[in-house]
Amino acid sequence: MTEHTVRSFSQDLEELSGDLARMGGLAEDMLSDAIQSIASRDLVLAETVVSRDPQIDNLQVEVEKKILRLLALRQPLARDLRQVISALKIATELERVGDLAKSIAKRVKLVDKIGADGALKGVARMGRLVTAQLKRVLDAYTALETDAANKVWARDEEVDEHYQSLFREVVTYMIEDPRTISACAHLLFVAKNLERIGDHCTNIAEEIHFLVTGEQLPTERPKVDALNSN
Amino acid sequence: MSRMEPIVPQLRVETPRPSAAGPAVPPTKVAARSVSVFYGEKQALFDVSLDMPEKSVTALIGPSGCGKSTFLRSINRMNDTIPNCRVTGEILIDGQDVNARSVDPVLLRAQVGMVFQKPNPFPKSIFDNVAYGVRLHGLAGSRTEMQQIVESSLRKAGLWDEVKDRLNAPGMSLSGGQQQRLVIARAIAVSPEIILMDEPCSALDPIATAKVEELIDELKANYCIIIVTHSMAQAARVSQQTAFFHLGKLVETGPTETVFTNPRESRTQDYITGRFG
Repeated sequence: MTEHTVRSFSQDLEELSGDLARMGGLAEDMLSDAIQSIASRDLVLAETVVSRDPQIDNLQVEVEKKILRLLALRQPLARDLRQVISALKIATELERVGDLAKSIAKRVKLVDKIGADGALKGVARMGRLVTAQLKRVLDAYTALETDAANKVWARDEEVDEHYQSLFREVVTYMIEDPRTISACAHLLFVAKNLERIGDHCTNIAEEIHFLVTGEQLPTERPKVDALNSN
Repeated sequence: MSRMEPIVPQLRVETPRPSAAGPAVPPTKVAARSVSVFYGEKQALFDVSLDMPEKSVTALIGPSGCGKSTFLRSINRMNDTIPNCRVTGEILIDGQDVNARSVDPVLLRAQVGMVFQKPNPFPKSIFDNVAYGVRLHGLAGSRTEMQQIVESSLRKAGLWDEVKDRLNAPGMSLSGGQQQRLVIARAIAVSPEIILMDEPCSALDPIATAKVEELIDELKANYCIIIVTHSMAQAARVSQQTAFFHLGKLVETGPTETVFTNPRESRTQDYITGRFG
């Protein structure tokens, strides 16, 4: 889009996009490192994930301050307004992704003595899928491609299916060997966290769709409910 | 009370029923049909068609020289006063063409009141400013009735409490914001159906602007208001429908909320977000 007549307004918006890109990059790295640390039981890597969370939290506070200022001083309209509002919401989503990645990393030491390697593999597989979803949705946000965002939105069904089958798989491991129950319970939380991150990805996709088209995606999205189908 | 009698059957648009798509749009009060305006050889307005509903506020926005004031002035035939100005197409008020031969422009302008950018009270007392049009059109049967009309008009304009003790003071002695409300009271006094406003707040401070905007909001319960404004924020605050003009053409019109959050046309988008080249 062309520049604003008041160039500092364009600069403010670009700065905002830059902050969101940094938050996205941080969230993506935290997530993939959290998954790698749990798959390879790497406590050192897990610790770095936990220690990175404050960065993303601080960025979110920073973004909120900037948006408050932008709304008060620039009174953005039309697409500018949608850009600012969606940035506010996406920043919140990314902050939550950071928290969930941290929560996954924190469980690495708790699943250290797990006997069921199969369960870990399943978690890693689901982790890769969710990481790919996050990467795709962030790319769609950078390029403002609503088609790519819609694909992420539709693909959350796959994440939910994965969660559902992983849930069953882990429960089976617990039944087979009660000594793994404690570790497997933590893995279920990890799987749930990944499923939640998938939901945050779809929320971001919805924001991209709104930002680009000015319209909301339907409230109902393809959904497989693990609780109902069990 | 003297009033233009419609000479053609009224072309009222039926009120659509409320639906899931949104609230019902009030019936059209003023309808422009392919209106073009020429100043000599130069065409200032190109084929504009726009429906302006009653009991609501329509905002006309666009950069300077886009034709929005020209369009506004064609509604009460103010363009007649400009030499070499020619208007084609139709402006229908309740279905009647204002440019028809049978229409007396003086009566038309009583029916279609106008408020300008700069407050223009007459060099008379506050009372006489409001009473002037009433007297001219012979709308008051007695002195008491005249007093009632003046008081109710000043009340509707939100000015009564500020001026009731000095009705004989000159209108010019009021502050700018008060003068603008006095002029609005003067327009209301002759019981118009439509009020045209050409940047009514551009010479006012924020408090006086807020008072006029509050007044516009109250007046829309009874009148069809059409306002030209350079302030996007004002258009967003006071209007229900917004029409964007550019280079003499009507680019886009729609519910104000839609125009300011998700306009269809990229030119509208560029203008309201401050990107116009």
